[in-house]
Amino acid sequence: MTPKEKMAIAPQAMPEQDAKARARNMNEVALGYTAEMARCEASRCMQCPAKPCMQGCPVAINIPGFLAAAAEGDFAKALKIIRRTSLLPAVCGRVCPQEKQCQKFCTMGKLLKDVDKAVAIGRIERFVADLARENGTEETVECAPKTGKRVAIVGSGPASITCAADCAKAGCDVTMFEAFHKCGGVLVYGIPEFRLPKSIVRHEIDNLKKLGVKIETNYVVGRTRTVKDFLAEDGFDAVFVGTGAGLPKFMDIEGENLNGVFSANEYLTRANLMKAYEEDKADTPFWHGKRVAVLGGGNVAMDAARMALRLGAEKVYLIYRRSMDEMPARKEEVHHAKEEGVEFHILENAKRILGDDNGFVCAIECLRYELGEKDASGRRSPVAVPGSEFTLDVDTVVVAVGNASNPLIPSTTEGLEVNKRGNIVVDPKSNMTSIPGVFAGGDIVLGAATVILAMGEGRRAAQGILKYLGVHV
Amino acid sequence: MNKIIRKRRLSENVFEMSVEAPLVARSRRAGQFVIVMVDEEFGERIPLTIADADPEAGTITLIFQTVGATTMKLAKKNEGDFIAAVLGPLGKPTSIRGENGEKPGRVVCVGGGIGVAPMHPIAQALKAAGNEVTIIMGARNAGLFVMKDEMAAIAGDRLVLVTDDGSSGRKGLVTDPLKELCERGEVDEVIAIGPPVMMKFCALATKPFGVKTVASLNTIMIDGTGMCGGCRVSVGGKTKFVCVDGPEFDAHQVDWDLMLKRMGAFRPQEIAAKEHECNLLKAAGL
Ligand SMILES: Cc1cc2nc3c(=O)[nH]c(=O)nc-3n(C[C@H](O)[C@H](O)[C@H](O)COP(=O)(O)OP(=O)(O)OC[C@H]3O[C@@H](n4cnc5c(N)ncnc54)[C@H](O)[C@@H]3O)c2cc1C
Ligand SMILES: Cc1cc2nc3c(=O)[nH]c(=O)nc-3n(C[C@H](O)[C@H](O)[C@H](O)COP(=O)(O)OP(=O)(O)OC[C@H]3O[C@@H](n4cnc5c(N)ncnc54)[C@H](O)[C@@H]3O)c2cc1C
Ligand code: SF4
Ligand code: SF4
Ligand code: FES
Repeated sequence: MTPKEKMAIAPQAMPEQDAKARARNMNEVALGYTAEMARCEASRCMQCPAKPCMQGCPVAINIPGFLAAAAEGDFAKALKIIRRTSLLPAVCGRVCPQEKQCQKFCTMGKLLKDVDKAVAIGRIERFVADLARENGTEETVECAPKTGKRVAIVGSGPASITCAADCAKAGCDVTMFEAFHKCGGVLVYGIPEFRLPKSIVRHEIDNLKKLGVKIETNYVVGRTRTVKDFLAEDGFDAVFVGTGAGLPKFMDIEGENLNGVFSANEYLTRANLMKAYEEDKADTPFWHGKRVAVLGGGNVAMDAARMALRLGAEKVYLIYRRSMDEMPARKEEVHHAKEEGVEFHILENAKRILGDDNGFVCAIECLRYELGEKDASGRRSPVAVPGSEFTLDVDTVVVAVGNASNPLIPSTTEGLEVNKRGNIVVDPKSNMTSIPGVFAGGDIVLGAATVILAMGEGRRAAQGILKYLGVHV
Repeated sequence: MNKIIRKRRLSENVFEMSVEAPLVARSRRAGQFVIVMVDEEFGERIPLTIADADPEAGTITLIFQTVGATTMKLAKKNEGDFIAAVLGPLGKPTSIRGENGEKPGRVVCVGGGIGVAPMHPIAQALKAAGNEVTIIMGARNAGLFVMKDEMAAIAGDRLVLVTDDGSSGRKGLVTDPLKELCERGEVDEVIAIGPPVMMKFCALATKPFGVKTVASLNTIMIDGTGMCGGCRVSVGGKTKFVCVDGPEFDAHQVDWDLMLKRMGAFRPQEIAAKEHECNLLKAAGL
């Protein structure tokens, strides 16, 4: 096919649940490509010799390579190519902000002058991973002979999963320690079922077990045992810290401690991890909000807003102080949220939260904003319009203005260097921290980032660990 | 999975359980707590103080009152049964006078209802650090006291019992003897653990005397690791997370009214769940 012919192939739309129906159920919104659609979409790739798309992928997946295989219908080969650099394609295919990464640089998107018309790399990635998982045709990975080296992995998010897998494959004896009763980190407690089915995460954890990784849940490192105990007394040769950015930020405004004001972490954890939405089965109560205000504009805010609809809210306002262009959430999530009926209040911000006599939220007072001068980040900073106050009647406020890093490990690990934001400082090549034998990666190093970046960090740390332990790979 | 090694009923609705948790038993210190899940898939995570621990046997002792669905489910478990999860030890250990740089002195421990249980390891540690320990125990009636003998073993004749109805010890509230001790200038520090209302009034009682008063807060929690913010309270005008910054705080700085309101956030749902659980218990003949 000539490039012209390829350009003429219509981009394959993602089949989705109807917006009205899905806003009231927890099932996955995007239904996934059929084999036919995946082949057709993959055949749009022009196999650009410079491979610009690869520059956009934080783990440099050989994108044209796997797309060529997919276009031929050899999905097993496509998956094999992806797996060389990415451990979690079924997850990343779903949650990567592709429009800012691989698809942003895609020539097809450029030619058609619309990033949404780029080759749908993520969707094809998702398809080939789902197919192999559902058919049970994933390749079994052989671990290298046992090295006798023992590695402790703290946390079980994407950074930890990746680091654990790579160390286990290289023949290390790996134990993963997770504070919660389920593994997966944000993938299980934060990102909702309707965007990332939990069975996929469970499958990846099962794969880890197949590699011989031992898993200890309900184990909080820093309290149950410390990082230093692991090295000094428990016989571990190296430790990887992937504890994420789990400390919710609040806005420090009046009324933030009223009943009905939640951090997005609490709101989503109740619903996802504790299954509060299955009201007749779950013991953890959920909050019956009818009119919900969500503060923020990232993926976390979108997830909270869409979750509120699914938990029975009649009105959901998303309040964001910058403009639509600056919104950090994945484009697809913003689009889905709008379709489902979330009302966007752009260039507005909460000033205070008002409560009734019993300490329950009854309204939120907001201010309008305008875009002013560009700030240090290159974005035009929002400036409040004096006297523009107005109130919205709400019974629930979800604060989703970001997460800082959890201080538990640094505060219980003497000599562990952190920067002023509390993120662990690592050597950029090996991800080793200021303590020899202790490595770190993911959100605890990067600040709240993305799944694929966390995964990349886990990979790099594993290489660092193996080198440190003198294991050859 | 943690095995229940021993179970005892201490009163009508208070139970004591020793549970296998070897690592927690080894590293816990007075004032710390665990998060317990009775069942994994749909269970709730509830905080319970570590009332005692046996590092050799690898067990911790929990003392709990059946107030709602989860504590009732826990009470139904028997010796040999398993509970899904025990996470800990969480929270900051109590700063024990005599060990923390301050000279040992005269410390009054005020335990209300079930609050006596978490007080036990603290009182033990205070005594061991050379303090003169007075224990004031309060309950609605004589039948509701728990751990009286254990507390008497620590405080000797400095144990003061108070009941609402006068059925044992003094009739009145724990704040009465507390105030008298303060008036006589016999108190260097107070630790109060019990229902939030009791702790609030202990704080009010000692405030005029400027006596350092510490309270152990028992807010609603989910993760217990600082991740959700559900346990937040206002202390000295600043938002603090009870699970990681506490559970103990300067009682004079705590915004008690706000905390009391926050603890009622899920009351309607909790009452419904409790009724459901009660009916199940009745149906099971318990
Ligand atoms: C609601 C939400 C939506 C998101 N949506 C997207 C998206 O669409 N796309 C995207 O790319 N990214 C998204 N992100 C960001 C992404 O999920 C994170 O960047 C990523 O999960 C970070 O991975 P991690 O391995 O560093 O840590 P996490 O996933 O945060 O996992 C850390 C784990 O460590 C455990 N832990 C912490 N402390 C201890 C301890 N002391 N002992 C034992 N265990 C401990 C925690 O319980 C947790 O399970 C989202 C985040 C949230 C919260
Ligand atoms: C750090 C800490 C240590 C604790 N230690 C102990 C202990 O050693 N023994 C013990 O019996 N309890 C202790 N508690 C309280 C215990 O966690 C609650 O009683 C329990 O969560 C109730 O769960 P439930 O499902 O049975 O009841 P729910 O259905 O959740 O609640 C039933 C009733 O109890 C009230 N309630 C809910 N949560 C609490 C709470 N945290 N404190 C007091 N009342 C509450 C509710 O308002 C409601 O009226 C502690 C709490 C904290 C935060
Ligand atoms: S991992 Fe993410 S960025 Fe890389 S190719 Fe896949 S979807 Fe694109
Ligand atoms: S940039 Fe787009 S068209 Fe070019 S190789 Fe990559 S995916 Fe294919
Ligand atoms: S219980 Fe979640 S932050 Fe304290």
